[in-house]
Amino acid sequence: MIAQALADGIFTGAIVALGAIGVSFTLQIMRFANFSHSELITWGAYLALVFVAFAGPGTPTGPFTFGWQLLAAAAMAALLTGLAAWGVDVLVFRRLRRRGAHPLAMVFAAFGAALVMRHLVVLVWGHESRFYTRELQIAWQVMGVKVLPDQAFILLLAVAVVTVLHLFLAYSRTGMAMRAMAESPALAQACGIRTEAVIRTTWIVSGALAALAGVFAGLTPQLHPEIGFNLLLALFAAAILGGSGSLPGAVIGGLLVGIAENVALLFVNPGYKGAMPFLLLLLVLLVRPQGIFGEKGER
Amino acid sequence: MTGVVSYLVFFACVVLILGIVTLGLNLQWGFTGLFNAGVAGFYAIGAFTHAILTAAPQPQYLGNFGLPWIVGVVAAMAATAAAAWLVGVLTIRLRGDYLAIASFGIAVSIQLVTLNWEALTGGSQGITRIPKPLAGVFDTPLAFNLWYLALLAAIVGALYVALERIVRSPWGRVLRAIREDEAAAIALGKSARRYRLEAFVLGSTMMGLAGALYASFIGFVSAFDFLPIVTFQVWAMLIVGGSGNNRGALLGTFVVWGIWTASGALVTKLVPPTYAAQGAAVQVILIGLLLVLTLLFRPQGLIGEEAVVSRHAKD
Repeated sequence: MIAQALADGIFTGAIVALGAIGVSFTLQIMRFANFSHSELITWGAYLALVFVAFAGPGTPTGPFTFGWQLLAAAAMAALLTGLAAWGVDVLVFRRLRRRGAHPLAMVFAAFGAALVMRHLVVLVWGHESRFYTRELQIAWQVMGVKVLPDQAFILLLAVAVVTVLHLFLAYSRTGMAMRAMAESPALAQACGIRTEAVIRTTWIVSGALAALAGVFAGLTPQLHPEIGFNLLLALFAAAILGGSGSLPGAVIGGLLVGIAENVALLFVNPGYKGAMPFLLLLLVLLVRPQGIFGEKGER
Repeated sequence: MTGVVSYLVFFACVVLILGIVTLGLNLQWGFTGLFNAGVAGFYAIGAFTHAILTAAPQPQYLGNFGLPWIVGVVAAMAATAAAAWLVGVLTIRLRGDYLAIASFGIAVSIQLVTLNWEALTGGSQGITRIPKPLAGVFDTPLAFNLWYLALLAAIVGALYVALERIVRSPWGRVLRAIREDEAAAIALGKSARRYRLEAFVLGSTMMGLAGALYASFIGFVSAFDFLPIVTFQVWAMLIVGGSGNNRGALLGTFVVWGIWTASGALVTKLVPPTYAAQGAAVQVILIGLLLVLTLLFRPQGLIGEEAVVSRHAKD
């Protein structure tokens, strides 16, 4: 039982982590809690659905329920969602930033943006659940734990994506600039870093990762317009738990949130699943508000 | 004709009830700078406390004690105050947006409790048969609604006058000092934590009162009345009206709720029932756009905060 909960938790955690990376970057680089980040997950999931509608999910390859077409759709969705995230910034957040608006005005704007983004999806696709593919698959038994082949694939892909992102942050000039801005936007600007360019890259990367989280969540097993919104608290919990601005932090935070959620389900009514990330978050804020990997500072 | 009048009376009642919530949020955000993103949760605690205490007894429920209306109202305020105090003690020291995340989580958790604790809250069925105050005296629903409107108007009027005095009192000045510059306020010997906690509890208590007034007006509450969208609507009301101004809070409630109901009515008329979900989505998109556009083009809201200059500074 515990082993199954752990396995399920790691899988949920991988999806949460992909979303939490963007939340964590926004918290640290743009200094606001982006309540609309969850909607990028939803957009990513539904944009991929558009491509799947044209090309189909592909013939099932090997043990998986989809073919290369779904992966291509996911890549296109990631690109478009990244651009959409930047687009929302240009339309809304950048204007507020330039005006020197109160930092919390960004959060209100995010409330509004989230409402618009989520309900645009409802407007186009309605509330019904959608599926990329109706194929069924047989779970693998690994040491008494049931794992769906799709889940294993998603987990490996998530690991690969995070590794690439880590290399990008560690070695590329843009990556270094992003880390510099996470440390101190003012100092980064004084060093000649073009902060607007860094912010643009941050949105595109965050949006692309959110879209992948959305496709993965939609593949296991279905899409609905609240697919992102239901993850919102988990994203914040993971980002803050790991320490905002830290990539390994967001990943480990995501995994911990996923595991905590699934293990807790062994003991409490499943109806309360949605409150688990919040309880974890409250615990972190009280005990170690800077997060596991965060630096001490004002919180 | 009576149809239109009854509808307007009903609309005015809802505006006044939500107006109390917005006034409470204005005390927290507009005057103290506290980002409470859990409005729906405190509103729900008030509504359910009232419903559980006053609804007619039914065997399948733990609560439903059938107590008098006024007991329900007072207890709703007390329960919300207690919950806000507990939440405040745990979270009030957090940085602005962290407080927003934490309070948002609280509202989600409260909503889950109202949905899952069926013996107490009726779960998705909700609680019905909540008595309306003095309902027996009036023969028609319209007569009752008119009486309730008068009652609400008196309560909102009293709250408005009290709030206007409170924010101009020394206590209210400390709140604004903390909002503007917490370090300076602390340096002047004011315990920012204590004042923030007091403003948080007082504002939330008003939300609890509004919840009780809502429950006894509609006669029915369920978990679906307190979804996160309520929090976002109330925020839109405050931002559109003008935070830091009590008249702005009330005006914003009227404008936003007016747009919400008018667009709802239009959607029901124009959109075929098969597309009801899409129609409802248009309503929410309008509220979201209104919020974003206000922030972009009229950040102070319809009536912004009045500049207050010390009377000693004029000489």
